[in-house]
Amino acid sequence: MSQRHLLALFSNFDEAEAVVRELRSASIKGFNVNDDLTVKSPIEHPEVEEFLGNKPVYVQWFTLGGALMGGLLGFFLISGAQANFYAQLKGGKPIVPFPPNFVLTYEMFILGGVFISILGFLICAGLPARRSPLYSAKVSEDQIGILVKSDEGAAGTLKAIFSKHNALEIQEEAGK
Amino acid sequence: MEKDIREDIAWAKINGDVLKSLENPRRLYWVIVFVALAAFGVGVGCEIYQYNVGMGVANLNNPQVWGLYIATFIFWIGMSHSGTLLSAILHLMHADWRKPIYRFAEAMTTFSLMTAGLFVMVHIGRLWQVYYSLPYPNERGIWPNFQSPLLWDAMAIFTYLSSSIIFLYVGMIPDLAICRDNMHEGWRKKLYTLLSLGWEGTDRQWRNFRVTYLTVACFLIPLAVSVHSIVASDFAMSQQPGWHVTSFPPYFVAGALYSGCAAIITLFIILRYVFKFEEYMTLPILKKTVRLTFAIAMVWTYLNAVEFASVWYSHDSASKDVLIQKMTGAYAFAWWGMIFCGSIVPLVLAFKRFQTNIPVLLVVSLLLNLGMWLERWMIVSPTFSHGYYPWTWDHDQWPSLVQWGMVFGSFGWFTLLFMVFCKVFPSVSMYEVKEMVYHRSLHLKKGHKTAEQGAH
Repeated sequence: MSQRHLLALFSNFDEAEAVVRELRSASIKGFNVNDDLTVKSPIEHPEVEEFLGNKPVYVQWFTLGGALMGGLLGFFLISGAQANFYAQLKGGKPIVPFPPNFVLTYEMFILGGVFISILGFLICAGLPARRSPLYSAKVSEDQIGILVKSDEGAAGTLKAIFSKHNALEIQEEAGK
Repeated sequence: MEKDIREDIAWAKINGDVLKSLENPRRLYWVIVFVALAAFGVGVGCEIYQYNVGMGVANLNNPQVWGLYIATFIFWIGMSHSGTLLSAILHLMHADWRKPIYRFAEAMTTFSLMTAGLFVMVHIGRLWQVYYSLPYPNERGIWPNFQSPLLWDAMAIFTYLSSSIIFLYVGMIPDLAICRDNMHEGWRKKLYTLLSLGWEGTDRQWRNFRVTYLTVACFLIPLAVSVHSIVASDFAMSQQPGWHVTSFPPYFVAGALYSGCAAIITLFIILRYVFKFEEYMTLPILKKTVRLTFAIAMVWTYLNAVEFASVWYSHDSASKDVLIQKMTGAYAFAWWGMIFCGSIVPLVLAFKRFQTNIPVLLVVSLLLNLGMWLERWMIVSPTFSHGYYPWTWDHDQWPSLVQWGMVFGSFGWFTLLFMVFCKVFPSVSMYEVKEMVYHRSLHLKKGHKTAEQGAH
C-alpha cells in the first residue's frame, strides 16, 4: 500500500501534546505511533520527551569510549616514545615516569572524549541530513510540527485528529 | 524583582531582531572594525620588520627572553576562560540568565586562544620552524621531553582550542538552521545551509543535542582549569625566584576567570549598543555579570595576598628580593598599577548604583583588564631581570616599540575576528533565548493559577 507523509503545524506545545496523546490512545490501522511520528520544535522542550515516551540516547557511550581510547592512546604513545630511551642511559631516572605522563594522558582523555562525543552526536542525531520534503521554516520560528508517516487509508483519520486540535496548517506529500 | 528578560517577547521577534544584527549594525560597528584593522596592520608591520631584521629589534636578549610576547600570550589564554565559565559552568548550574550572552563569550574564548597562539609563533622569531613545538621525533629518533610543561602547554592549548571551536559550533547548529530558513539566496544562505547540517529540530535531534552539549560542557570545565594550571606550570615548575610558588595554578585560574569576566562586561556593553540588543542583553543580566566579576576579583586579590605572604615568610631571600624589586624597582609603576587596577578599582562594582551604570562599567572593565595584563607582565619580566645570579641582573632592558606594536596588533586581530564573527553568525543564541522566555512565561502562568486558586 502506498504511503503518505503529513506535517501538521501547531501554535503551542499543549496542542501538539494533545495530538500525540490522542494518536497514542487511538489505534489507527496503517500507522505506528512509535515509529511513524516525529515532533519538530523550535526549542528543546523536556515535555516533548515526556509525552513521546522514553527514547534512549547513546551519545554518552561514544563519550566513554572516546575518552578511554584517547587516554590510552595518549599514554601508550608517550610511553612508547620514551621507551626509545631504553637504548640510552637515563641516569637511574624512570624511563616511563607516571606523574608527568598523567598530564598529557589527561589532555588526550578529554580530546578523545570531546571528538568522539561529537561523532556520536552526528551518528545518533542522523546528521548531516537532507532536508525532508515536508518542512516548514515556521518550525524554526515559533510553531510546533508533527510529522507522521502512514498508509494511504489512515491519512484521513490523522488529518481529522490534527484539525480537531487546531492545526494551523497541514502539509501533505505522497511517499513510496 | 527586576526581570532578566521580558517573558512576552514573541519568538518571531527574537528571530527577527537577531537576524537583523547580521545585516544592520549601528555605524560604530564599522568604526570599531576600521580601528581594529589599523591596529592589526601595526602588528603585521612589526612582525614583518622583526622577521626580516631579527629578534634584536624586539630588544629580547638575555636575561629578558620572553618579554611582552609571553606575558601577552598568558593574558589571551586567560581571557579565554570566560566563555567556559559562562557557557559550561553556568549551564551546569542552570543559571539561565547566561543564555543571551554565552554565545559571544564562547566566541571570545575561541578568538582569544587563536590570538594567544600567535604569540607562541612570534616569540620564537623563526616562524618557519614553529613545527618544532609539536611532539615528533627528530631525524635521530629522539622525541621531545614529555616532562616539560612547554610541551604540555602545546597539547593543552590544542585540546582547548579544538574543543572550544566544537562547543561553539555545536551550540550554534539550531541557530544556523534559523538563519538558513530566513536568508535570501546568496553566500549567506549557502554557508548556513552547509553548516546547519540539515537540522530540522526533530525530537531525535534535540534529545541527542542536549546530551552532547552537556557532555562537552562537563569536559570543558576541567579542561579550562587544566589549561591555565599548565600555563602556570611553565613558571611554577622552574626553580626561578618569584615563579616557584605552589599557589600559582589556582592563582592563574582565578586571574583568567577575572580577566575573562571583565572582557565580557566590555563586549556586553559594546554589542548591546552596536547590534541594538537592549532587549536581550538587559541591565539585570549585566548586574549579575558584574557581581560575578566582583566576587572573582576578591578571590584573585586574596590569592595575590597569599602569594606575597608565602614569599615573604618563606625565608627564600632570592624570591623576596624579586618581590621587593617589583614593589620598588624599575617595574614599580606597573606592579602598583596592577594592584590598583586589579584590587582597588573592582571595589566600585560593590556599589549598587554602579552595577548598571554603563559608562562607569565600560571604564572599570577596561581598567580591570589593564590590571590583568600588567599582572602577566609582572609575572614574566621581573624574575628574568632579577634572577639568582647578580651578574645576570638587568633592570634597564625595556621592551622595544616592536614588542609594544605586536601587543597592540593582537588587540586589533582579536577585535577584528570577533566583530566579523558577530556580523556573520548570530551572537545571541535565538533558541536559548526562546527557551528562557518560554520557561519564564510558564512560571508566570503557574504563579497566576496558584494565586487564583488561593483567592477561591
